[in-house]
Amino acid sequence: MPRAWVYGNHVSTDDIIAGRYLAKHDPAEWGRHAMENIDPEFSKRVQPGDVIIAGKNFGCGSSREQAPIALKAAGVSAVVAESFARIFYRNAINQGLPVLTCPGVSKKFKNGDEVEVNLREGWIKNVRTGERVEVQPLPDFILDILNAGGLIPYLRKKMEVKK
Amino acid sequence: MTITEKILARAAGKREVSPGEIVDVKVDFAMMHDLTGPLTVESFEKIGAKKVWDPARLVITFDHQTPASSIDAAKNHILLREFARKHRIVHFYDMFEGICHQVLPEKGFALPGKVVIGADSHTVTYGALGCFATGVGSTDMAAILATGKIWLRVPESVRVKVEGALRPPVMSKDLILHIIGDFGMDGATYQAVEFTGKCISRMSIDGRLTVCNMVVEMGAKNGIIEPDRKTLDWLRGRAKERFEVVKSDPDAEYRDERIYDASRLEPQVACPHSVDNVKSVREVEGKEIDQAFIGTCTNGRLEDLKMAARIVKGKRVSRNVRFIVVPASAEVYRKALDSGILKILVDAGALVESPGCGACMGCHIGVLGPGEVSISASNRNFRGRQGSPDSEIYLASPATVAASAIEGKIVDPRDYYA
Repeated sequence: MPRAWVYGNHVSTDDIIAGRYLAKHDPAEWGRHAMENIDPEFSKRVQPGDVIIAGKNFGCGSSREQAPIALKAAGVSAVVAESFARIFYRNAINQGLPVLTCPGVSKKFKNGDEVEVNLREGWIKNVRTGERVEVQPLPDFILDILNAGGLIPYLRKKMEVKK
Repeated sequence: MTITEKILARAAGKREVSPGEIVDVKVDFAMMHDLTGPLTVESFEKIGAKKVWDPARLVITFDHQTPASSIDAAKNHILLREFARKHRIVHFYDMFEGICHQVLPEKGFALPGKVVIGADSHTVTYGALGCFATGVGSTDMAAILATGKIWLRVPESVRVKVEGALRPPVMSKDLILHIIGDFGMDGATYQAVEFTGKCISRMSIDGRLTVCNMVVEMGAKNGIIEPDRKTLDWLRGRAKERFEVVKSDPDAEYRDERIYDASRLEPQVACPHSVDNVKSVREVEGKEIDQAFIGTCTNGRLEDLKMAARIVKGKRVSRNVRFIVVPASAEVYRKALDSGILKILVDAGALVESPGCGACMGCHIGVLGPGEVSISASNRNFRGRQGSPDSEIYLASPATVAASAIEGKIVDPRDYYA
């Protein structure tokens, strides 16, 4: 069962992947350094499928698309936050990383809580407390992009259908 | 409609647009640099695109890691040079020109009424010249390279009216730090921030670029200032093509309006580790520093270096401080050289580096070690931004940075300005 990694407000893209790692194009390496500046334990203990739960303005700062790539490479299956910064939000969808908006969510989870996420129906559940909360629904075209694994596979698939 | 809505409407081929609407807009100029470019090229090739939609409308700059700081950085430069050659990119600026956000205005790409999209968050800077400009990631940029278009949500507009006049050595940086402290780091998320009022009219283009540069630190999609005489004078001889001045209608709708009085503003500082943790310099005076940095797309312009020179002239910076100065562009560098500004700075003990992003992002010139404190005329003080996660960054104006460099601790520049 995926577990929650809970963070506060204003987690920046510098926090997600520091500038010193950007030059070398290596997603696995970015995954190994994800969240390093604010949580050195994260990359050592994160398991495939884990979910990040955060406060307001997740992904603020630099436009580096290496940020959602790093989280995906680390195994993160979704980010649920009270709000997102705009460039990170677009980048995450383009990379096929589900980003769900849910006011108040950071208070409903503790680090390590088991999480269930249902993208299609638009809810997440804290298995420990049994509480299920609705997330703001994603439009169909964004769900399609996420299901394809990102904007590029989505576009390629569409182009193949046309052919 | 507001100026932002009017520009987006034109670019979308519509008579009218309203906030919240998703529009497909034509991009007038696109930009990528040595750190976001390689990922863009990779995505561009994965899409299966064969050619850049218009090789005269993509600008490529090298600025983040110049001259190359590592083998990986050098490889990125090689990759982009090859891409520029293969696609016959007309406006390719190798590492001789400086920071994208100074180079694009100087070379006349940031023009009133245009849509400029860059693969860098500080692309918002160009709004100071009356265009719509915002940042995107590498995949979005790849889609622009392939199609010349991007979908955007029309932002609500917030009007920020600044009355009065800044009293030197209080600078435009102090003003925007104060405004960010007031709005908060997400206070303008997804919004257009339109600056107006007497203080903005009086402000130089350098100052306006600083103000618009930092709107992304409060989450804004774009910052914008209506073009005036000063804008047109500045653009004369620079503009790459014809443009049309766009202004907000008198009955344009704003989601919010905030009014500030610049005359009463004191020097400001954003304390670790968030840009909205803003205090007056007086409140943190005496904090010891290891590094003082002036440069970046926020404060590496001529006006900034001039102010720093005025403050350190005839003095010597503290032995305990590395005083790093990085002109934002080759043009700024040359002007600062010819006017004697660089000599004053060097005589005072400054390390003047070649144009580029410098110490701002912690992977090159002036990386901070554990426990070190930096006062920086840049735009972000996130934990570890300039190096070790155990270092601290205080953001301030070039005046405050220069005065602090002399003393080895944070001081109010008003005591050093004659």
